[in-house]
This record gives sequence, C-alpha cells and structure tokens, in this order.
Amino acid sequence: MSDIGRLVRIALSLLTFALGCLLVPGAAYAQHETAADLLDGERAFRSSCANCHGPDGNVIAGIDLGRGQFRRPLTDDDLVRIIRTGIPNTAMPASPMTVEQASKIVAYLRARAAAARGSVVAGDAARGKGAFEREGACLSCHRVAEAGARVGPDLTGIGGRRSAAEIERALRDPGADVAPANRTYRVVRPDGTTVTGRLLGHDTFTVRLLDTGEQLRSFTKSELREHGFVPSPMPPYRGSPQEIADMVSYLSSLRGQ
Amino acid sequence: MRGAIRLLVVLALVAPLQAQVTFDRILRGDREPHNWLSYSGTLQNQRFSPLTQITPANVKDLQQQWVWQARSLEKFEATPLVVDGVMYTVEAPNNVVALDAATGRPFWTFNYTPAPEGRPCCGRVNRGVAILGDTLYMGTIDAHLLAIDARSGQKIWDTVVANARERYSMTHSPTIVKDKVIVGTGGGDGPIRGSIAAFDAKTGKEVWRFYTIPGPGEPGNETWAGDSWKTGGVGVWNAGAYDPETNLVFFGTGNPAPDWDGSTRRGDNLYSDSVVALDADTGRLKWHYQFTPHDELDYDATQVPVLADIEWPDGTGSSRPRKVMLWANRNGVMYVLDRVTGEFLKGKPYVKTNWLDGFDAKGRPNRVKFPTPEGTLIRPHVHGATNWAPPAFSPRTGWFYVATWENSGSMAVEGQFPRAASANAQQTAMGQTNLVPFFNDDTEPYGVVRAYDPKTLNPAWEFRMSDITWGGVLATAADLVFSGGREGYFLALDARTGKLLWRASVGGQINAGAMSYAVNGKQYVAIAAGNALFSYALP
Repeated sequence: MSDIGRLVRIALSLLTFALGCLLVPGAAYAQHETAADLLDGERAFRSSCANCHGPDGNVIAGIDLGRGQFRRPLTDDDLVRIIRTGIPNTAMPASPMTVEQASKIVAYLRARAAAARGSVVAGDAARGKGAFEREGACLSCHRVAEAGARVGPDLTGIGGRRSAAEIERALRDPGADVAPANRTYRVVRPDGTTVTGRLLGHDTFTVRLLDTGEQLRSFTKSELREHGFVPSPMPPYRGSPQEIADMVSYLSSLRGQ
Repeated sequence: MRGAIRLLVVLALVAPLQAQVTFDRILRGDREPHNWLSYSGTLQNQRFSPLTQITPANVKDLQQQWVWQARSLEKFEATPLVVDGVMYTVEAPNNVVALDAATGRPFWTFNYTPAPEGRPCCGRVNRGVAILGDTLYMGTIDAHLLAIDARSGQKIWDTVVANARERYSMTHSPTIVKDKVIVGTGGGDGPIRGSIAAFDAKTGKEVWRFYTIPGPGEPGNETWAGDSWKTGGVGVWNAGAYDPETNLVFFGTGNPAPDWDGSTRRGDNLYSDSVVALDADTGRLKWHYQFTPHDELDYDATQVPVLADIEWPDGTGSSRPRKVMLWANRNGVMYVLDRVTGEFLKGKPYVKTNWLDGFDAKGRPNRVKFPTPEGTLIRPHVHGATNWAPPAFSPRTGWFYVATWENSGSMAVEGQFPRAASANAQQTAMGQTNLVPFFNDDTEPYGVVRAYDPKTLNPAWEFRMSDITWGGVLATAADLVFSGGREGYFLALDARTGKLLWRASVGGQINAGAMSYAVNGKQYVAIAAGNALFSYALP
C-alpha cells in the first residue's frame, strides 16, 4: 500500500472513532459517579441553578430538586436535556453546558435525593458522643476541636457542612463518597516499606501525605516502587439503627469552625 | 560511642521526624543546625547558621532547587521556619503555607482574611510565624494572634490582641518564651498606645501586658506633655530576643506619634525609640535604654535585638566575657549595651550621621540638629541607616554584619512630612516587590553590607551596591554571608573579606533576611524576593 493510502486509512479510522464518540454522548457517565463528579455537580448546581431553585432546590412550587420531586417523572436523560435546552415558554432557560457537565448536576441531585431518604430513627447525641469517643474509637483517626488525630477528616464542623443523611451514608459506607481532599494514598519504597496517609497533594513528580503517624511526608514518585490511591481505611459503622441514629445526631451537632 | 552518634545523625538526616518543638529545642536551636526554629534562627537573633556544607570554595556552584510563588502581590518580608524537613512561611498579609523544604511543594495552606480595617502605614506585610509544640503562631495585620495546627493547617485559637479599627496591627514574628507567645502591637504612626503582651500558648489567654507608654502614676508618664501619652504611638513591630540566664525578653520600640510634630508631646516620650527589657514571666520592666529621646524624625528602634557574649575591656587594660546586646539603629548609631543591666557600653555613628555629637556618661545622646520650618539637612533621613531587615552576628569572626544605607539625609520640616535632600531619596518607599529603574549618583543614597567589630564599631570590610537595600543578612559557620537588596540580586560574600563569591538574579526586590537549613544531609539557603521564595543548594 502506498504511503498516501495508509494515511487515508488512518484518517478514516480516526474519523470513525471520533464520530463514534459523538454518537454515544454520556456513555462515559453512565458509570458510577465519583465523589469529584458530585462535588463538580454541586458547584455547578450552586452557580447555575440555585439562583432560581434555591440552595436546597425547593424554592419553585411543586419542585424539590433535593428530594427528587419534579412536576412529572423524569429520567436522567430528560434532566440533562432540560438543563441544556431549557423548557420553552417557561422561566427555565437553556444553560450552555456539555452533556458531561449537566450529567454531573443530575448525579449530584440524585445522590442528594437518595441521601434524603435516610434514617428516620430519632438519635440521642449524648449517647452518640459516647460511642464516638469510646466504642467507635473514632478519635484515633478523626479530630473534633482539639481532641483526636488528624489523619482522617476533621469533623469539628461536619454538622454544618453535611446533612444528616450524608453523614449516615458516610457511616454505613465510608468508601462510597470520599471527598478528594480526604483520599488515602499509599507509597511503597524501594526497600518494600510502605507509608500510608491522607493525600495532601501530588503532581507529576512528587506526592505529599500526612501519614498515619501524623508526620508530613514528601516523596519523589520516580524513587518509589509503587504509589497510588487506596480505599478509605475507615470501617463501616455496624451499629443498630438506634446506634447509627445516635451517632448521626452527635455528628450533626458538631458545628464548630 | 562516636559510631552511635554518627548513626543518630544519619538517621536524623535520612528520616526527619517532626517531633514536638519544645521550648528547650527553640532555646538551643544551635544544636539542630538543619532546622530554623525562630525568626532569626535562635532567640539570640544572631541569624547564624552552623551548617558548613556550602563553603567559600564551593558556593560558586550553588543552584536554584525550587521556587515557591506566592499569590500575594504584597511585599514578602517573612523569614521561613524549617522543622525537620517542613518549611512554614507566610504569604502576606496572613496566609500560612507548609512546604516540603526539599522541593518547595505545599503540604497545606491556611487562609486568613484580615478585617478591612487592618491597613497599616507601610504595607500589609508579615515577617513570619513562630512555633512551639505542634502549633504555629502568627500575629495578623488586624491585630489578632492565631494558633494554627502545624500538621493540618487548622486554626486552633484566635485571640484579639488589639482593635484594628483603632489602627493597631501586627506584622512581626511572635517571640516564644517557655509556655508563652509574646507579641507587640504595631500602628505607632497613628494615635495608638502600643503594648507588648504575653499569651498562654495552649489557650490564647492573655497573661501579662506591658504598655510601651506608661500610664498616669507610672514612672515615665511625666515624659509626655498633657494627655499626649494616650495616643503617643510607640508601636512594636519586630521580633524580640530572650536571655534565659536573666529571664529577660527584649523588644525594640517604635516612634512616638505624631511622627513629625513633637510640639504636642514635649518630653523624652518614654519608652519610644528604646529597647525595653521585661521579666518574661510577669512583663515587668527591668531596664530600658532610649536610643532617640523625643524623636521627631520617625526613626523608631524596631530592629531585632542581637544578643552575643563577647570579650569586653574591663577598664584595667584587659578584657573579660560580657553579655552584650548589639544594635545597629535606624538613627545612624550603632550601640553595644550590657544586656543584664542595660548599661550603655559604647555608641558610634556607623553611617553619615549629624543629629548628635556625642553622649553623656549614661549614654544619652547630645542632640545638635533639629527639624525647622525652613528645612535642615539631617542625616540619616526617615528611612535611616537600616530598618526592619535583620542583621547577623558570627561567633566565629566575632563580627556584626549589617545591611545599611549611606548618604541618607533629609530636609526635615516640622509639622509635615520630611522633604528629601535629593530627588531620588524620595523614591524609596518602604520596599516594593518589583525591580525599579535606578538613576542615583554617588552623592545619593546607596546600600552597603558591612562587617563591624563590636569592640571598636569600625567596619572591617564593606560590600557596596549601586541601589539601596531592604534585605537582611545571614552568616554561616563556613564563613559566608548572604544578603541582597532592591536590585534583586541574592549575594554570597566572604565573611572575612567581603569579597563577592556568588550571585543569583531573583528578579524582584529583597525585603527579607535569608536563612539556611538542611534536609537529608543537603544544605539549602532560602530567600524571599519579589513575590516568591527561592531555595538554593549545591548540585
């Protein structure tokens, strides 16, 4: 085959691939959303939607976006389309977003609605505090005010940042929705020793952790045998519905700065 | 035994662990040459690094290892701390950042937005944090004292030291003594009443407060006419020093207010333009020395006190060790004081100075030049012979290294801002970040790094720059001196001869002092310039 023929074939292949990508929009987003996707979705919701729908999505009569309530049943695709094209002859404008961006808003709203369907058992914050500090040994990783460790997320103001339903979800399934700033990272050094900790930041060449001994550590990636994210070391809280409600009640009461 | 010690040293260098920074560690910072635990290295403020890897012979090979760019466009006056491989510095006005000292990459950033009232005279600057235990301490431009977790960058407590709406501010690195954090309030160009206060490091609760202007009934209040003491200024805006043997903490104090018009505040205006020695436990004044009584030229006396133990003539023809304090003052005079008693041992102009012609037996200056409405050439002028930039003292050479200005003079006018003696002298606002065009001739102000012998107060050598300098000086145990100035060059000089051995163009003005540290056995020298922090080491 001539060089020109080969080039034409390569060009046609690339064109076919590109068209394929265009024809299956959103295919990549049919997968489970990451915590980062949900955070992106939340940011986009707050900047693009909350002006009219309100921060909780419930300002417009008959619509409660945070609880999955619409004027008629809508699929995810319906919602993505509505966000992008608006609803003619109504106040809902078209937003110049990609499918990916709109999908993240939908994912965020769905996650919020799912979280809102959480526990209905009334909790006792004092009992929850006892379990948090004793049986749960939560302070061995987390910090509240000046007590506890720094390796896990600081929970001093968690009640002001997360809804009760979100807290309950984090207790039942800690790995499901880890904020990027709270991810756990592990490095393996050439001698086989490992260091694990909360990721403080990484770039092409280096990575920085607060390790489990609460030391600030920095590594050069090229000097490591292995390095990467590892699942959250937090075990699921396997308490009774009442015990979970107590814990949620306590954590929701933490409103410090 | 020697093998065990070597192993310990190797372990310390290979695997730095961030242990609690006890007060004993701070006090004996010289035992940890790889760390830099307070503003000028130790509480003696000698800004002397015991590290010797970088030498006069190899300094020419220094290479930039990393740059950290601040988001802030304010002047970068901070000296970083380094604790076991982690560097802490302040992005003006009050964001704290923890960096990997070997790569300059951030571990965390603590953001603080000061109240909009926090607008002092001369830039929203900060000269650095202090550390004790696991906690960093920062005075803010709106006069708060903050405690910040050194591991996580989370705020622990926030104590209001003074009211920013009344023009109080804080810009200096706090001074740690035992379990207390000691800070002074700046803002003395306005109608404040300055103070130095100690706070419990754990709780942030105030333990004691010393007002730099005595109140009614207190000795010294009579040096202020009428009610002028209430608004007489006397801010404190540079770090203090501490002497464990006498348990005294020393701070330099600022000018009386109003700056230029002394007619409303007749008298010496104690304790303005002074060094005060306070009992570190109680804040009680033990002694003071006033460098410039009744200042009408805004000289301040807010240099860091430099403590040294040197041989001093005992009056019988021989000499004996003496605990002294060295002070290159903005007023153009260099001083040696006995730091135990406050006794004036020696004073001598170290740049062209004409406002005094000598001292009485107790060290009070005999002032011979006064501002007049017609204008009088007074040397040095408001920017003085030096300013906030920290000097250095080398116990090896026994010399005091100061970055200073020559030919600084003004036609001061009573009741107004001073007119400068030359056009270009006025183009010297209190340091900026960017490089500026330079046009001065030799009769106009220029910067110079000098080594002074404390016994004679004569210069042993000098390194002259074309432009003036706001940069500090670092001395090292390898007999190197690092400095720089407004021209944006970071310089290495031979500490014994002043010969230029190396230079780097940092592209912005240097308004800070350099420091040195080591990670994994490698010595670094760091300097803030423009809006960035630079670190250098051998290849």
